[in-house]
Parts: sequence; structure tokens; C-alpha cells
Amino acid sequence: MSTEEPSLQRRASRKSVAFTDEKLVVDADGSVTMVASPNDDKETAMSHTPRTPPLSAALGAFTDAASQALAAAPAEDADGLDLSLLKKKKKKVKVETAEGDDEAPAAAEEGIDLSLKKKKKKKVAKDDDDFAKKLEKLNIEGKEGEDDAAESEEQEGDWEKGTGIWQHNESKTANYSPLLGRFFALLSQKNPDHASTGTRSYKIPPPQCLREGNKKTIFANLAEICKRMKRADEHVTAYLFAELGTSGSVDGSRRLVIKGRFQQKQIENVLRTYIIEYVTCKTCRSPNTELSKGENRLYFITCNSCGSRRSVQAIKTGFSAQVGKRRKNKA
Amino acid sequence: MSTEIENLKTYDPFAEADEDSGKTKQTQEYIHIRIQQRNGRKTLTTVQGIPSKFDHKKILKVIKKEFACNGTIISDTEMGEVIQLQGDQRTKIKEFLTDKENGLGLDDKTIKVHGF
Repeated sequence: MSTEEPSLQRRASRKSVAFTDEKLVVDADGSVTMVASPNDDKETAMSHTPRTPPLSAALGAFTDAASQALAAAPAEDADGLDLSLLKKKKKKVKVETAEGDDEAPAAAEEGIDLSLKKKKKKKVAKDDDDFAKKLEKLNIEGKEGEDDAAESEEQEGDWEKGTGIWQHNESKTANYSPLLGRFFALLSQKNPDHASTGTRSYKIPPPQCLREGNKKTIFANLAEICKRMKRADEHVTAYLFAELGTSGSVDGSRRLVIKGRFQQKQIENVLRTYIIEYVTCKTCRSPNTELSKGENRLYFITCNSCGSRRSVQAIKTGFSAQVGKRRKNKA
Repeated sequence: MSTEIENLKTYDPFAEADEDSGKTKQTQEYIHIRIQQRNGRKTLTTVQGIPSKFDHKKILKVIKKEFACNGTIISDTEMGEVIQLQGDQRTKIKEFLTDKENGLGLDDKTIKVHGF
């Protein structure tokens, strides 16, 4: 179960920071990936579960149950698992039984459960506030450790409440996997920002492209993007023009007017290369950098998180062929 | 299990730096492949900085035949000789430049593809 995916999901809900249809993800290892947003899979999941309660309600019930009695939580698990594993018909029966008597079906399901945890977590993690998500995640993790224990040695109990194997005066040695589970749960509980720094990904708002007339494109939110990247507007525009091989101007409301037809996707790609080249730190991959003009006309990127400093190439336009000969000769 | 421990990641902190310095050591002679928009949905591809040890004319002749497009050589005062092709030939020309058997067999790192 990697923490990367849920975090992606978490970000996805914030529309303003991610590209709409696909997101730019500058990983911790510097590779830039485009991640298709998981909206569609959510929809399918919803459509497959007409019987299950709404997600928020389920989540509330889930957190309640998990914090108080573990009995109800596995039933929830069975629900989540049903979506993908079992046929619809079977599921209905399963849900009913799960609601009827608490632990019996859940225990049966547990083996498969572990493998499917990730999927389920994703789904639940989707739309609720951070706190509930974290709490829920913790519960899952704590419970998972338990599941392991139940599978191997029947070491039961809730470490949060200090029952079963986690009792204070318990003399039996606890198994490794529940201990590990407890460790990670505690780790993420005590340092909530720890996980987020581990799987950081850099998001900027999607460029808004409007067509002005037939031959010009308006890049509406350039100022916003520049502000987010902490770069000067001029620098970004110069790069855009050099890459796209066109020219343009800035209009009254700080929007960029680019000559030529460009789609949002194309602008996105150029911004991506810009971020790789001029924003991210090559040493630590952090986007928290500053571009400054050092001595002798060289531009330097100074990383604010690791302190490294590197020079970057100045933006060069390069050769551009004459387009529209007649007009140019006239001018 | 759940989260990975940061310290146990198997990546070499020095690998990237070495790679980077290797890149800069290589002479700045990049080959730039650019695209320009013309009227309508038409585009131009320009290839700038092909080493002078190659015969540009011959290259163009082969390219024109292979890509089924027209093209010219423009001798620019600053940029030297630039091959200009009709249409978006960026991926094709990159393949051609890097192809060892029936291309120029140049290094991938010396080629920079610009544009969207």
C-alpha cells in the first residue's frame, strides 16, 4: 500500500491546483508523469454500489466504528471488497449478512481483504476533509496490523486502546507485522506532514486558453501560474515564445496574447518543460526555488529547501523562419 | 507495508550530479528541432545545428524523399545552415538523426526538440 496514490487522490479533489484532465506530477525522483485523474473510476464504483450508503455517511460510520468497536469496521471492509470481487447478486446477500451479524463474514473475507485494501482506501479517501481521511487511514492501518495478527497467530487487540496483545501487562511477544503496522500508524499519526513530504508532487493550475479571433490565443491565467512558480512573468513568456516559435503581447488585464493557435494541452506541455528546466531543483527535486540573476549575466536557480545553486541557460529564441513573407517585407 | 522509509530508498545521491556534469561537459553544440505555425493548420519544422561534417544538401535530399515533404536549406547569418521542412516532422527527424543504420547516428542527448 503506497502512500502515493491516496495523496494523489487527495490533491485531485482540489481542482484549482491540478490540471483538469491529467496532472503534472513531478515526483520525488524528478520524473514527470502525467496521471489521469481518477474521476471515472469513482463514477463506476458509485454506479456499482447502489445498495451501499453514501460515501460520507459510510465514512462517518466507519470512523466511528473503528474508533469504538472494531466489529463494525470489517463489515465495511466486506462492502468495499464486494465491489470488485464478487458479483452483484452475491454482494447484496453479503451486505445483509454483514449488517446482521458483525464479524462472521468479515473474518472470512480478511485474507482477500488485505490485497484489496489499497483500492478501497482510494475510494474512501476521495471526498472528505483531510482529518477524517487521516483518521480513517490510521484506522485501516491499525486494523490491518490486526488482520495480519489474526491470520498468523491470533494476536488480537487494539493497540490504540491497549487491548489483547497490546495490553500493558501482556507477556507474550507481539508479532513483527502488527508491530510494524503500529509503528507506521503511530509515525503518521504523530507527524502528519511527514507523509506528504515523502510523496510530494508539484501542481500548478491548468492554463486557461481562449481563442481570440482566428489566429491568436489568449493565455488567461499566466500571472497566477507565474505567481505559483515564483517566476517573473517576462521570463515565462519569453520561454513560451521561444518554444512555440511565435510572438505575442500582454493585454490590459495581464493576460498573454500569443500569435497562433494553441490548445491548452500544448501550452501545458511547454509549461511542463519550463518547470523541469527552470523551476525544479535538480539536486533535491524541490520546486521551492528562486531564479536570480547572478554575476556576469548568468541566471542561477537557488533551492530554498536544500540550498543548492545551479546555473541555467538563458532563453534563446534560435532560428525562426519567415512566415508570411509579404507582410514582413512591407513592414 | 504502508509507507516507505525515506532513508532506505535505493537511489544514489551522486548519480544525478554525475550525469548532470556529463551533460554540461559535452559541447554546447545542440541540435535544435523547432516547430513554427503557419497559416491554418500548417507548420514548419526547422532543424538547426547539424554538424558541418555532414553534407546538408545530401541530408535534405534523403529527408525529402523519406518524409515525403518539401524542404530547403536556409543559410542564416547567425545560426548557420538551417534545414527547413514543411509540416511537423519533429519526431521523424529526431529518429532520423539518431538512427545508426540509415541515419546520422547522433547522440540522443545532443538533440533538443522544442515546441508543444
